Amino acid sequence: MIPLSAYVVVSAILFTTGLLGVLIRRNFIIVLMSVEIMLNAATINLVAFSHYLESMQGQIVALFIIAIAAGEAAIGLAIIIVVFRGKISTNVDEMNLLKW
Amino acid sequence: MAFLFFAYFAVVSIVAGILTVSLKNPVQCGLALLALLLHVSGLFVMLNAEFLWAVQVIVYAGAILVLYLFVLMLLNLKTDDRYFHAKTPYLLAPAAIGLAYLVFLLVRSPFSGSRGDASTAAVLLNGDAHAVGIKMFSDYLLQFEIIGVFLTGAIVGAIVLAKTPKSIETRRDA
Amino acid sequence: MSDSIDLIVKLIPLFPLMAVIVNGLFGHRYSHDLAHRFAWGSVLMSFLCVLAVFTETLRTGAAREVIAYKWIFGGDLTINLAYLIDPLTCIMLLVITGVGFLIHVYSVGYMHGEAGFTRFFVYMNLFMVSMLLLVMGNNYVVLFIGWEGVGLCSYLLIGYYYDKVSAAKAATKAFVVNRIGDAGFLLAIFLVFVNFRTLDYTQVMQNAAKLSPEMATAIALCLLVGAVGKSAQLPLYTWLPDAMEGPTPVSALIHAATMVTAGVYMIVRNHAIFDLAPIAMTTVAWIGGLTALFAATIGLVQTDIKRVLAYSTVSQLGYMFLGCGLGAYTAAVFHLMTHAFFKALLFLSAGSVIHALSGEQDIRKMGALKSKIPWTHTLFLIGTIAIAGIPPLAGFWSKDEIMGHAFVHHHYLLYGMAAVGAFLTSFYMFRLTYLTFYGTSRLDHHTAEHVHESPMVMIGPLIVLATLSVIGGFPGVPPENGWFHHFLHSVAGVTGEEHATPPSLMFGLMGTATIIALLGWGLAHYFYSGPTTAATALADRMPGAYTTLLNKYYVDELYDTLFVEPTKQLGKLCDWFDRTIIDGLVRGIDLGTDLSAAAITWTEKHVVYAGLNIIGYGNHILARSWRRLQTGMVHQYAAIIVAGLFILVHLILLIWTGGGSTGYSAR
Repeated sequence: MIPLSAYVVVSAILFTTGLLGVLIRRNFIIVLMSVEIMLNAATINLVAFSHYLESMQGQIVALFIIAIAAGEAAIGLAIIIVVFRGKISTNVDEMNLLKW
Repeated sequence: MAFLFFAYFAVVSIVAGILTVSLKNPVQCGLALLALLLHVSGLFVMLNAEFLWAVQVIVYAGAILVLYLFVLMLLNLKTDDRYFHAKTPYLLAPAAIGLAYLVFLLVRSPFSGSRGDASTAAVLLNGDAHAVGIKMFSDYLLQFEIIGVFLTGAIVGAIVLAKTPKSIETRRDA
Repeated sequence: MSDSIDLIVKLIPLFPLMAVIVNGLFGHRYSHDLAHRFAWGSVLMSFLCVLAVFTETLRTGAAREVIAYKWIFGGDLTINLAYLIDPLTCIMLLVITGVGFLIHVYSVGYMHGEAGFTRFFVYMNLFMVSMLLLVMGNNYVVLFIGWEGVGLCSYLLIGYYYDKVSAAKAATKAFVVNRIGDAGFLLAIFLVFVNFRTLDYTQVMQNAAKLSPEMATAIALCLLVGAVGKSAQLPLYTWLPDAMEGPTPVSALIHAATMVTAGVYMIVRNHAIFDLAPIAMTTVAWIGGLTALFAATIGLVQTDIKRVLAYSTVSQLGYMFLGCGLGAYTAAVFHLMTHAFFKALLFLSAGSVIHALSGEQDIRKMGALKSKIPWTHTLFLIGTIAIAGIPPLAGFWSKDEIMGHAFVHHHYLLYGMAAVGAFLTSFYMFRLTYLTFYGTSRLDHHTAEHVHESPMVMIGPLIVLATLSVIGGFPGVPPENGWFHHFLHSVAGVTGEEHATPPSLMFGLMGTATIIALLGWGLAHYFYSGPTTAATALADRMPGAYTTLLNKYYVDELYDTLFVEPTKQLGKLCDWFDRTIIDGLVRGIDLGTDLSAAAITWTEKHVVYAGLNIIGYGNHILARSWRRLQTGMVHQYAAIIVAGLFILVHLILLIWTGGGSTGYSAR
């Protein structure tokens, strides 16, 4: 049997990778992709616990997470398109209208 | 045997993830993401959640990722030279230390929680889809409906956001 | 019937009071003609009321008390604005309203053309109100109200020409000297209340016998002090000659006929108390006698026509006091009445002379006016004969009665003083007449051209007064047994009048008095009817005596040094005290307040504001550094979120779950 902690460690590593991607990359679409990575990491965690605690709850929530990820991706990309219309650049550093 | 599969799926997922965040070309990143998604779904299979494996591949890899690729192609981005943040080197060390710390914490934690009623045998009896369906449409019906509403809102929002705005002259007349 | 008389009694002081209010408040809106009609009209109405009351009193012969207004009642003290009408009051009222009316009519002519015409009549009517209250009151309080009122009006009228410094000073002097007397009077009122627990005349007089002789003497002497101040006797007479600064009608009414007689009235009213205090009576008699002689001597050499008359008033008042002191109250009142007639006549005639000479009052600048102002001359002469005491004019009867009383009751020294006084009176009055009307004209050239007789409005009252001076003595004839004495018997005829004088002695005394008066006339004729060389020669031979008399025995200067200057110095001392010490204290407090205010301001500025500024500045610094967080760079926000997440997770692990699940605890 594969111990639960293995899955949890994998999930942790993936999560950190995704987080790092959000912080490092300058292209906004890659940032969104990194967010997808984080979501997947969380899903792994949930499903692992669902299996080891013999409960369906985790899997159901995982389904929900996938649905939400879909919605979020759609909206995020729509925003990117709107921004792209305004300025021909998706560079995050140049989206700084919120500054002081 | 199962351990080998697990090792394969886990390692490839991790490598794919690292590739996603570090490749230069966005399309290449997307493809790495695809690999990630598929191998994560493999991990699901290891956990007796084949329904999720199917859903992950169909929805995530088949729809969401495709959407990403559509937008990438649409925008036709030039590959930027400076695709990493300026302060990136400063982040890697803290990230590594943080990761080690996190793993250390997690390993030391006693995992416990309330046990449910879906033992492995019960799931394998009728299949994962059946088990998920039974549970979803009885105890979690409300959340299911809410997710539906949410998805509707996301679609409408996406359409509204991405619409071509009217030109300024016609807007004034309206 | 009695109710209507009561109403008439209440009306007597109300008529002049209404004239005061109307003329005082609205007088500036209408002409002088209307104003004076209100003035003498009201006095005439009062006189008619008095006649009615007099007739009633003659008929019933009893006293009558009328309460006009219940004023203070409660506990021990009941003081009402109430009137007592008995024979004494009737006589006084007749004199006041009758002579007052004549003087008001005269004033219309005398004050014609003056700017303060209405003001004059307002004050005169106010005086009438006060004097009427004084004599009509049935208790000491109403008497005192009238007493103070006449004092006030005297001040107002003496100072009528208020822009003359001498007039203002004279008015103040009159008021202050009066005040000294009033202090004594107040003391007497307090003593009366303490002894009798009431201030009504009737109750006091009924219970008067219960007083111990010492208490009676004390009360009587205090009353005497008041009377001396008001009636200008020694030593409080100095204000009366200076009071001549006022217009002549004022001198006639107030300082001859009425106000100065208030003291005599007051003594007669209180005779029940005086009778119990022989020491006080003797004091009264001697003050009267000495004043009579003293004032007569000063009058010998004065050169202002009104001043001579003023000193003669003081002297005649001395006779009245002498009469009171000897117990001859009726005689004193009799003399009061006749004196009112001829003194008013003399003053008003003098006013007529002054009017004719366009304001000249110095007799050294008069002379040979007999043919130029014949009416005035005749009337003045009648007055002089009356005052000298030559029968059958009024002055003889009253003065002789007092002197006779003194002689008959063996007060020979007082009789002597009175006789010498009578001689001197006759002498200086005829001197005055001769110097004014006879001899050679010493008139200023300009004045001589404008000599004119006074108008009828002024001569008319004089004629009436002259008639009264002639026939006014007959009510008191025969002496001690005339109608007058019987009328006043119930009020004033208690002591010493039962003693019937043998007729031979009476005629002897009358003869002596006549001879004395005629001697005075003769001497004056010798010295002054022709050229006055003999008089000047006599004066030069006795320069010391002459100067002393001329300077009124230097009494004014003496009072100045003894009383006025020390009081002024005391005043200056108090002023210094107030200015330096008290004001210093105030300024010190002021300085202290300023200093503390400055300290507080400094603290506020430097300490409090500094504190506040630090808060503000610190806030500014903090804000400046915190502001840098808002870079607008999404990456940075994400990094911060991660850092926050890190901290949050630790917090949850450590605090919420106690670190148990990870084994990572605070241990």
